[in-house]
Amino acid sequence: MPDQSDDIVPQYYEDVPLEDDYLIQVPEIVMLDDEFVDLETEVKIVSEMGIRTKKRTIEGDVLIVGAGISGMQAALDVADKGYRVVLVDKSSTIGGNMVKLDKTFPTNDCSICTSAPKMVEVSRHPNITLLTYSELAGLDGEAGDFTAHVFRKSKYVDPDKCTGCDDCTEVCPIEVISPFEEKLAKRKAIYIEFPQAVPIVYTIDYENCVGCGACERVCEPNAISFLEKSDDIEVKVGSVIVATGYEVFEPLEMRQEYGYGKYPNVITAMQFERLLSSFGPTEGKAKRPSDGEKPKSIAWIQCVGSRSKQLGFPYCSRVCCMYATKEAAITKEAEPDTDMTIFYMDLRAYGKDFQEYYDNAKELGVRYIRGRPSSVYQNEDKSITIRYMDTHTREVTEKTVDLLVLSTAIMPSKDNKRLAEVLGIEVDESGFLKSESILSDPIQSTRKGVYLAGCNQGAKDIPDSVAMGSGAAAKAMVPIKDREQVVPAEPVPEKDVKGEPPRIGVFICHCGKNIASYVDVASVTDYAVTLPNVVYTTHEMFACSEDIQKKIKEKIEEEGLNRIIVAACSPRTHGPLFEDTMAEAGLNKYLFEMANIRNQCSWVHSHEPEKATQKSKDLIRMSVVKSALLEPLEERESDVIPKTLVIGGGLSGMRAAIALADMNIDTFIIEREKELGGNLKDLHSLFPSEIEASEIVNPLIERIKNDPHITVYTETELLGVDGFIGNFTAKIKAGEEEMELQFGTVIIATGFREINLDGRYGYGTSPKIVTQMDLEKKMKDGTLDKVKNVVMINCAGAMDEERPYCCRIGCGVAIKNAHLLKGLNPNAEITLLYRDIRVFGKDEEEYFANVIENDGVKIVRYLKEEQPDVSVDEDGNVTVTVKDAVYGDELTLTADLVVLTAQTEGGVETEKIKKMLKVPTGSGGFFTEAHAKIRPLDFASDGVYVSGSAHYPKNLADSIAQAEGAASRASIPILQGIVKGEGIISRIDPDKCSGCGLCVEVCPYGALQLDEDLKIAVVNVTLCKGCGACSGACPSGSARQMGYRDNQILAMLGSAMISGD
Amino acid sequence: MIEMDDKSDFEPKIIGFLCNWCSYAGADLAGVSRFQYPANVRVIRVMCSSRIDPQFVLKALTEGADGVLIAGCHPGDCHYIEGNYRTRRRIAALDKILEKYGLSDRVFLEWVSASEGKRFAEVVTDITNKLKELGPNPHKARWEI
Repeated sequence: MPDQSDDIVPQYYEDVPLEDDYLIQVPEIVMLDDEFVDLETEVKIVSEMGIRTKKRTIEGDVLIVGAGISGMQAALDVADKGYRVVLVDKSSTIGGNMVKLDKTFPTNDCSICTSAPKMVEVSRHPNITLLTYSELAGLDGEAGDFTAHVFRKSKYVDPDKCTGCDDCTEVCPIEVISPFEEKLAKRKAIYIEFPQAVPIVYTIDYENCVGCGACERVCEPNAISFLEKSDDIEVKVGSVIVATGYEVFEPLEMRQEYGYGKYPNVITAMQFERLLSSFGPTEGKAKRPSDGEKPKSIAWIQCVGSRSKQLGFPYCSRVCCMYATKEAAITKEAEPDTDMTIFYMDLRAYGKDFQEYYDNAKELGVRYIRGRPSSVYQNEDKSITIRYMDTHTREVTEKTVDLLVLSTAIMPSKDNKRLAEVLGIEVDESGFLKSESILSDPIQSTRKGVYLAGCNQGAKDIPDSVAMGSGAAAKAMVPIKDREQVVPAEPVPEKDVKGEPPRIGVFICHCGKNIASYVDVASVTDYAVTLPNVVYTTHEMFACSEDIQKKIKEKIEEEGLNRIIVAACSPRTHGPLFEDTMAEAGLNKYLFEMANIRNQCSWVHSHEPEKATQKSKDLIRMSVVKSALLEPLEERESDVIPKTLVIGGGLSGMRAAIALADMNIDTFIIEREKELGGNLKDLHSLFPSEIEASEIVNPLIERIKNDPHITVYTETELLGVDGFIGNFTAKIKAGEEEMELQFGTVIIATGFREINLDGRYGYGTSPKIVTQMDLEKKMKDGTLDKVKNVVMINCAGAMDEERPYCCRIGCGVAIKNAHLLKGLNPNAEITLLYRDIRVFGKDEEEYFANVIENDGVKIVRYLKEEQPDVSVDEDGNVTVTVKDAVYGDELTLTADLVVLTAQTEGGVETEKIKKMLKVPTGSGGFFTEAHAKIRPLDFASDGVYVSGSAHYPKNLADSIAQAEGAASRASIPILQGIVKGEGIISRIDPDKCSGCGLCVEVCPYGALQLDEDLKIAVVNVTLCKGCGACSGACPSGSARQMGYRDNQILAMLGSAMISGD
Repeated sequence: MIEMDDKSDFEPKIIGFLCNWCSYAGADLAGVSRFQYPANVRVIRVMCSSRIDPQFVLKALTEGADGVLIAGCHPGDCHYIEGNYRTRRRIAALDKILEKYGLSDRVFLEWVSASEGKRFAEVVTDITNKLKELGPNPHKARWEI
């Protein structure tokens, strides 16, 4: 059912005691036949509309419930493997919560810009059936043979006729508070959630529609159909993925403390996202709700509804520190004079590049105050005064701001209990869906054949949700792996445009505010239309959205376009989407050209809008001249070797191999050590539990030994890798023996290690000074002497100038080990020195709170610039001195054990593997994924994937989800069986070639050879990778790199020199 | 004296050849990170820096470009194994010719990886400043009509 009417919800909250309210059942609105006839209406609402039609049955392979970013990723991964997906979402559009966000940390990528291509891809995938405005009502059967019952509500609009013109909303007299806009705006009773909604079909909100018929009268294509029926659909599938996401805590019961719902200028962070969003209610301008004025000061209060046993939830909500930092930094960048303050408890900047992002926000002038404000009150001018104690100065003071943003927690969907009942699975004590085991099987639910992904079992940020979506797509294969794959449909026949004069269409993108705020798109459009061969131009809010894809196809028909140019972001990220659109309209995709007016223009010249506008015109002109010279190209297909190489036999490498084996795919694991297990084999136990690492790792090793699909090479060195996706060859040295392995895809799972502390903190000068890894080994071997006074120092060698990043796992490990030491000696005095306690995952905060409460571990906060000092005297006594940042005392602690939580870095062989596989690494020697948010497991190079701590240190649950995700990604080319080669390859013009052989020498792939009879060079197209080295070397101009021919590049060059306006 | 004034307003035109895998990606990242740099470069994307025929560089200079930037993957990191080594040799050879015409300091060969957004912004800022210092391309004959 759709969300309840919004003025009902608050009242409903107010009277319910907090501990229960999120599990209370929202009464389902049942459509009764008699309700329809009672409506006073002149239009043709008839009683039949309430009667459900005969059951429809859809045959599929995997049912996915929830089409947010995680569900969409899972759907694409399953569908790309050649299996049929039925994707259900209760909302009228797909996209989930992510599309509501303005930008995403830590790259500040525009959220809709990264989601929209995935939404479009989902909606046009031939193997995906989309059921929006639908809900799961039942699930019978068992893994491999489920029958799901889905209730699809009528939208009362015919999706095939609706053009998305918006005429209907103009005339609709009913205004409803918009849940999508977080109650900051109203929508009509006939609506789309947002302009880029997929599918782009309007929906009549039955609960609020009065049946006046105004919309029907203005609808030109006659798309409104009050006769359209809701229906019960039976879906036959083999497995089910549940990706139903989360809700955001609404802090109404905190109105005494924080004034939400009482003072207009207290809003939630999600509401602030809508204010920042270019398609939000204020078109991206932060305004005070009370008067619409620009706030001169804004404050954020963290942990609203999280890390609290009294109000809200005990867990850490994992993303709030970073989203608040992002919101503050973005606003500060746009309005440098605005005063920004964030009130926090621990700043949990734990992920890849998060700490650097946080440091940057501080540099921009965002002020961070450590303290949890006790209360706020409103002043006469509607400003808000916050009372707080700064824990560093111990002073209770007040701060007054124009706008207060509450960083509210991610909480379980209120529907989880009902959904769990329907699915026959369990919920945990917080109301999240329960994993079979957080430590060994986070994706598996408590029912066989039903898998979990995304935030429905705990808060996660976007890449972790995406990885888990892919992981679920791997697991969901198990019950269906022996089914037949779908035979792909014949592609749209290609139009022959050879010999036609160029007819170029130019689509210019606003990218919300990202381009349009800095580039005058209207003038650029007016300019583009004057360029030669351009017959059509337009500018659009988001060129990548579904409706614009439709428009591109329409314009290809209407205007007879035979070349398309999109001036928007980067061809590296969005090119394929537009190329697919062209292919669907029967145009060869190599007739596409992109002008990068965002990443390489508006974003980098935002202080010089006039120059950015001029540069945009130049870039478009250069694209136009090249476009006119483009030719259709052919792609060759080649077979994929159905095997995967996994580099690294630690936890994530093993889990990836097992996930592949479960899909009947053969893998090789190569491991440099004698045994499998990686870091895990040296660990004693695993945070946030006391489960011994061996209990997790030994069964995996056993399983792998006995799995016929997995071949393990230990004590093995990788000597070299050749080839491309589908056809790789690796040279390895296993023991003394050298051999070659052939495979289609590769997963890098080379893990992480502690850095060499190199004498810092006295490491190496005394046996009493050890790292956490040393301690784990000692505890595992039972060689740890009884200790009384222990000092642990977190962030040793971390978050400094040399290594500015956070290690992500150290805090948890330290807390777990403190607890274990206390268990070994209850009289032990344990002091943990920390900078921020970053325990963010499921059950982590709870574990930490328990250790502090029950074990009496003393925690002392120190500041970056006041590093603890460790000294060893002549008698071998170890002393740690530190300044307590909270109480200001200088502490001198004698210790019979000092444990350093050392910074981490990428595995030993990172540099070598990086070069062999041509993939990048970033800070700390961790591999850099293709996209920080939406492609966390891929690289820019096809066929190579990353998993586990090789990407960044991770806890067990995240590593496993990622490993299974990487297995899913790596299996796609294998299950597809063929890869399409590039059309961009080289051709030799036999008439011009003089047979000098220069190209033969420069070709890195041996794709060129001299034909001894003809005395000219010839190209072996299966070997050619399209680098163009031969064209660069050819003295006669006969070696032509298709798509980058001399005439095309020279035309761009000449065009760049013209000053156009 | 007049020349000095011209110099201060002078906005060099720069052609940038970027390889798809490293430097173009680095330039994209500079955007994502919002690193600001002067708007003087017009980028031509190629799959590999080894695609760049020295005649493109000469052509750019004779057509009136004040500078040419060629950017590829760091040595050893080429997506196509060794393309950037070819580029390095080729540009070194080209440099001998450029020297004769006094154009040597208008052609820049730089390595920018996919993760070096900041470096890309710095490279562009740096070469723009150098070219501003140098003044307009003296061979911009066609311009001076």
